[in-house]
Amino acid sequence: MNLRAVWAIYRMEMARAFRTVLQSIVSPVISTSLYFVVFGSAIGSRITEIDGISYGAFIVPGLIMLSLLTQSISNASFAIYFPKFVGSIYELLSAPVSYLEIVIAYVGGAATKSIILGLIILATASLFVPLTILHPFWMVAFLVLTAVTFSLFGFIIGIWAKSFEQLQLVPLLIITPLTFLGGSFYSINMLPGIWKTITLFNPVVYLISGFRWSFYGKSDVSVGISLGMTLVFLAVCIAIVAWIFRTGYRLRN
Amino acid sequence: MPSILSISGVSKTYATGFTALKEVNLDIQRGEIFALLGPNGAGKTTLISIVCGIVNRSSGTVTVDGHDINKDYRAARSLIGLVPQELTIDAFESVWATVSYSRGLFGKPANPAFVEKVLRDLSLWDKKDAKAITLSGGMKRRLMIAKALSHEPRILFLDEPTAGVDVELRQDMWEMVRRLREDGVTIILTTHYIEEAEAMADRVGVINRGEIILVENKAELMRKLGRKRLVLELRNPLTAMPEALSRYALELSADGGQLTYTYDNQAERPGVASLIRDLEASGIQFRDIDTQNSSLEEIFVNLVRRDA
Repeated sequence: MNLRAVWAIYRMEMARAFRTVLQSIVSPVISTSLYFVVFGSAIGSRITEIDGISYGAFIVPGLIMLSLLTQSISNASFAIYFPKFVGSIYELLSAPVSYLEIVIAYVGGAATKSIILGLIILATASLFVPLTILHPFWMVAFLVLTAVTFSLFGFIIGIWAKSFEQLQLVPLLIITPLTFLGGSFYSINMLPGIWKTITLFNPVVYLISGFRWSFYGKSDVSVGISLGMTLVFLAVCIAIVAWIFRTGYRLRN
Repeated sequence: MPSILSISGVSKTYATGFTALKEVNLDIQRGEIFALLGPNGAGKTTLISIVCGIVNRSSGTVTVDGHDINKDYRAARSLIGLVPQELTIDAFESVWATVSYSRGLFGKPANPAFVEKVLRDLSLWDKKDAKAITLSGGMKRRLMIAKALSHEPRILFLDEPTAGVDVELRQDMWEMVRRLREDGVTIILTTHYIEEAEAMADRVGVINRGEIILVENKAELMRKLGRKRLVLELRNPLTAMPEALSRYALELSADGGQLTYTYDNQAERPGVASLIRDLEASGIQFRDIDTQNSSLEEIFVNLVRRDA
């Protein structure tokens, strides 16, 4: 394995994050804090608690997941799209690097950035509400699995996209609505029957539910199903990435 | 001399149905400077891109120093440095960071002393901390070369290296290419600046419409295909070509003061002596005489026209 190449790409990606620290870290932290203040204060004053958890604390896992999903996709899709856009992808394609190494480096970089961001948001939230993490191992496991899975998904979008508009299309039109409708700010048990059933088709529900369980031991769906669904999505992304590299789809003519 | 790059029966048809390469066979000798000439769209960049792993070929085999570019791609690619035609650099990276990145990408351990040498050789050392976006066009071109040289390749592809660069930089690049060759690096350059090939190449290949139509030692090519021109400055201008000279391929200048005779310098009877005799017999006197060899450019144009 060309570990030096993996390290070179990974380091370059991390350097980009630190170079654009306002965009990469500060901006998501500010917007999440705003969500927290607005939703926590406005709705929290009417809903005191859900499943025995104060509303402010209840939304923390959902807020972290919201940032984790959008930032993982954004980081990974931009990281591979930008070299395609400026043409510097030639260097990657002509280097003695395997497909696996490319994926490890880019997805690793994107996932690292979004995990760091998630932990920063967690620390920020702890300033507003008292937090408990009942299952820290599973909290980290969900954090890492989700970051890796959605970074892979972002990598696929970055390769598929032919324009900046397409790059933004999936995160804005699909991921953000799914996250908002996936129980970030409410329990799906609060929904009327038919809407609860429809919501169960939203994969983000399982991520948020599992992640919230790792904090408070309470979940909308069974934690086993949450973990299973996350792993299924991970497997689907891995299969698509493998197909992309086998065929050279939108990478090699 | 053994081949360092062997291209055998390589064809490329794009998904659009356009056939860019047709059964290309080419062997590049170790340590030579090889110029691949061809008009725009002839297939030069496609051929380079296939060798470097950027474009998938439709058929054929390519080996680099005996390593198949697919089965043994790591060994093959680590020997190659590529300077593409377009200036494609991450604009926000510093010169030092982007060159170090290229070295790491090719699996080489960090070597600040070597990177410094490359940057100094290319007059980029003063700009090592500058972002690529702040560099001039010529500096960006040099940065592309620095990135390609960062992993100490044994084969360097230069795709239209001097397109759009000024005369001074062009001379610097030619000098750099010669230095690399002295260090044992094999250089393959594509160009449509014939003077570039004429000044530097050991061998010349001509590609047209996806086919290699000629590969020849440059000096031999110029000797074989070179035409020579005999230019006669007449003492008294002519109004028309005399009938006695009609058997010669002569051109009379518009003012009638110059006669040009183009001939094959390899011909057994180039006809120069008989032309002089016939001129004297016709009473045409000349005050000066000049001979010119045809340039590689003329040879190239003739070859491509012949192939059309």
